Amino acid sequence: MRDSQEPLDTFPKLLMHHARQRGERAAIREKKHGIWKTLTWMQLSEKVQAIAAALSESGLKRGGHLALLGDNRPRLYAAMCAAQWLGAVAVPLYEDAAASELVLPLFSAGVTHIFAEDQEQVDKILEILPQCPAVTTIVYDEDRGMRHYAQPQLISFAALREKGLDLLAARQGMLQDELAKGNGSDAAAMFFTSGTTGQAKGVVLTHDSLIDRARVAAELEGLNDTDVAVAYLPPAWIGQNIFSYAQPMVVGYCICCPESQETFLSDMREVGPTYFFAPPRVLEALLTQVSIRMEDAGRLKRALYERCMSLAGRVGARITSGEAVGLGDRMAYSLGNLAIYGPLRDVLGMSQVRVAYTAGEAVGPELLMFFRSIGINVKQLYGSTETSVFVCVQPNGQVKPDTVGPAVQGVELKFTANRELLVRSPGLFKEYHLNPEATRAAKDADGWFHTGDAGYLGEDGHLRIIDRVKDVGALADGTLFAPKLLENKLKFFPFVKEAVAFGDGRDRVCMFVNIDMAAVGNWADKKNIAYTGHSDLASRAEVHALIGDCVAKVNADLATDSTLSSSQIHRFLVLHKELDADDGELTRTRKVRRGFIGDRYQTLVAALYGSQPSVRVDAEVRYEDGRVAMVSADVKLCNAKTYPAAPLKAA
Amino acid sequence: MSIQLHAHARAFPIGATILQVEDVSLRFGGVKALTKISFDVREHEVRAIIGPNGAGKSSMLNVINGVYRPQEGTLSFRGSKLEGMTPRRAAHMGISRTFQNIALFKGMSVLDNIMAGRNLRMHASFLEVAFRLPRALREENENRDKVEEIIEFLEIEHIRKTPVGRLPYGLQKRVELGRALAAEPKILLLDEPMAGMNIEEKQDMCRFVLDVNDHYGTTVVLIEHDMGVVMDISDRVVVLDYGKKIGDGSPDEVRADQNVIDAYLGVAH
Repeated sequence: MRDSQEPLDTFPKLLMHHARQRGERAAIREKKHGIWKTLTWMQLSEKVQAIAAALSESGLKRGGHLALLGDNRPRLYAAMCAAQWLGAVAVPLYEDAAASELVLPLFSAGVTHIFAEDQEQVDKILEILPQCPAVTTIVYDEDRGMRHYAQPQLISFAALREKGLDLLAARQGMLQDELAKGNGSDAAAMFFTSGTTGQAKGVVLTHDSLIDRARVAAELEGLNDTDVAVAYLPPAWIGQNIFSYAQPMVVGYCICCPESQETFLSDMREVGPTYFFAPPRVLEALLTQVSIRMEDAGRLKRALYERCMSLAGRVGARITSGEAVGLGDRMAYSLGNLAIYGPLRDVLGMSQVRVAYTAGEAVGPELLMFFRSIGINVKQLYGSTETSVFVCVQPNGQVKPDTVGPAVQGVELKFTANRELLVRSPGLFKEYHLNPEATRAAKDADGWFHTGDAGYLGEDGHLRIIDRVKDVGALADGTLFAPKLLENKLKFFPFVKEAVAFGDGRDRVCMFVNIDMAAVGNWADKKNIAYTGHSDLASRAEVHALIGDCVAKVNADLATDSTLSSSQIHRFLVLHKELDADDGELTRTRKVRRGFIGDRYQTLVAALYGSQPSVRVDAEVRYEDGRVAMVSADVKLCNAKTYPAAPLKAA
Repeated sequence: MSIQLHAHARAFPIGATILQVEDVSLRFGGVKALTKISFDVREHEVRAIIGPNGAGKSSMLNVINGVYRPQEGTLSFRGSKLEGMTPRRAAHMGISRTFQNIALFKGMSVLDNIMAGRNLRMHASFLEVAFRLPRALREENENRDKVEEIIEFLEIEHIRKTPVGRLPYGLQKRVELGRALAAEPKILLLDEPMAGMNIEEKQDMCRFVLDVNDHYGTTVVLIEHDMGVVMDISDRVVVLDYGKKIGDGSPDEVRADQNVIDAYLGVAH
């Protein structure tokens, strides 16, 4: 049997390995029409081979590029693997990108084949087709609305699969050859970075780097083929690819695709994942959900919840980390487990979670501690697209709120004079596609990658990230200004959805705040405040007072830390319009683009640093279909309560 | 709306007359709700009935549906005259309708409400269902499958188990549409489907109405007040005023018709 000698150095080879070792086990589950449908490893491998045969017939060559524009579905991952089978590169793209944003990736990667989920994605592609002449084939999954499309490039996934099945017998030899030809150093996938500044770049990752990092992390956590994960984040994001494609391919565990974004929470409850990743915004949303629902609960439940949560706040996180805790507290905690924590974990769908990660940007410590205190093992990790994610991971038992953990096996860390982190690892990217300049700038001759993040290693060997190097600034008096830190503190409150801090080179810190419509709306309903929508709610004095309270609490907290006490927030405003990726204010992964926002809302920033009580602003808004409109509002500028810095403690 | 992008080919081209209304008159005592109304509805088209308040639009729909029996006039379905139309007969013939004020079962879930629309497709007897005999189970699965298709079509998966009474108005209207679709109708009568909705909700509802027409080929007869909606999505329009027909034709023809303009804007006497 050739498989025992041949190294499993590509994803298709790993797939065939699982088809042989655990062919009857579930590989991917999908909820469709209300029931979960299972695809076993054997069935998945057959599907992949059929698609590979059909794609090869339609001209996908070794070194070619196949773009994927859809949500997590078994067919998307099958297409990804089929492309890699033929030695082509998978290029997953963001579903919610506007048509104009797709031109650069499709054109620069020379994409010939596109897998599009539905009519909406197909329409976008057809709109920009003249600018991407290399595209020969567009495969669509959902046929709703596709009946009268006559373009020659279009073919349904079902039809492609049929064609592939017909060709399978004849092309077996060719398929086996292509499988054998593939090796670890081939490019497996290309991911376009989030582009918080400037144009997005195509990060090329090889099978080797992805598989290596996936394997190392899986061994660290003891993942095995009985684990279950939920695939719900955008496939275009490297993290999603690692957790729902690379690691399952390495370990052999099952991933579940929920029915839709709206049903994600209830679907997760049905699945009961054991391995879970949530970016901070999802954790925030979950926390907000809990808070809102607790407000609706009866007095007894609320009282019980508050008591249990204060106990959990004291000892819960330590119990979850396995540390020693007093007997009385331990017993109280088990009662709390029965009454509150257990049911809460269940409602969140996390009762089976053994390992949960969060990352993507600096996480507020309060958020992390909330989940740990109710028994959910949420840990932080650090990495980026260019490093195949895993650079640092907090091991069980060493979870601290303000670090991202020690370096993972195989990773080396180094720092420059201005605290920039450099990384060397087997998981590093090969290059930026067609951009040797940027590649050279990022990866130096010795193989060190310049992450662009500022940080330092603590005495415990844990890495601590301050912020992006270029964002870490200083106030006019030279004290540290770390905007992300301040924003996260404020975002912990359920009423705040997004916050943007300004202060670099200024004498004090001021902030923009976006309210969380669900939470503030709920609060307003209870206070019998009528409102017509987001802008209306954001302009209410009562809401300003509410946010003012939150800011005051943050300031009180900042006052206790000597490095941060001068970055207390002096003035703030509640933005009348929600910051949106469609307007370029956020990246597609919902990171705040501070520079862009500062430019666009110059008048507001200037007014904040002035002393007027309010200012009129006009802003351009872009609707999802590309139309542009002007939104104008009178924005009130609020002074926040600040606190004197706590006196330095005597040594 | 960018629906015009691919309007060149209809999945179901407009066919022959499917419903013919001839000289229908309806009176309630001394009140003449409808006076000698005649128009036709062609298969696979979207026909709008418009007119000022009190023009008799809902009454017209009720006549087609069999709720009201006209004193004069006839209805023909696919060429054959209909005698004594009742709502039950209408349903059997493949005419489904929605109601202006929503007639859903508020305590039942969305799923159950839409399932109720499958009523006519349930042939298993009471005892078969009670003892869960194979035929009943098979039927239940088939019906559930069809209902789930509709739920997916109307994008309401996330509320399939929610009691309807708890849903916002816009979603209730969507569920109402779902229930009407569950009967797999040939003609769908929509009574002011956009009433009480804001622009986004109207756009969504329009999309669904057009999708129903495009995907299932259902003929749609809708009463609507929003002129924008009528102009954008209907193929032909009938205008009523004080129970009489004062306009009939394409949206552009009707919009330019002086009688219609007078009826809506008023005329100096």
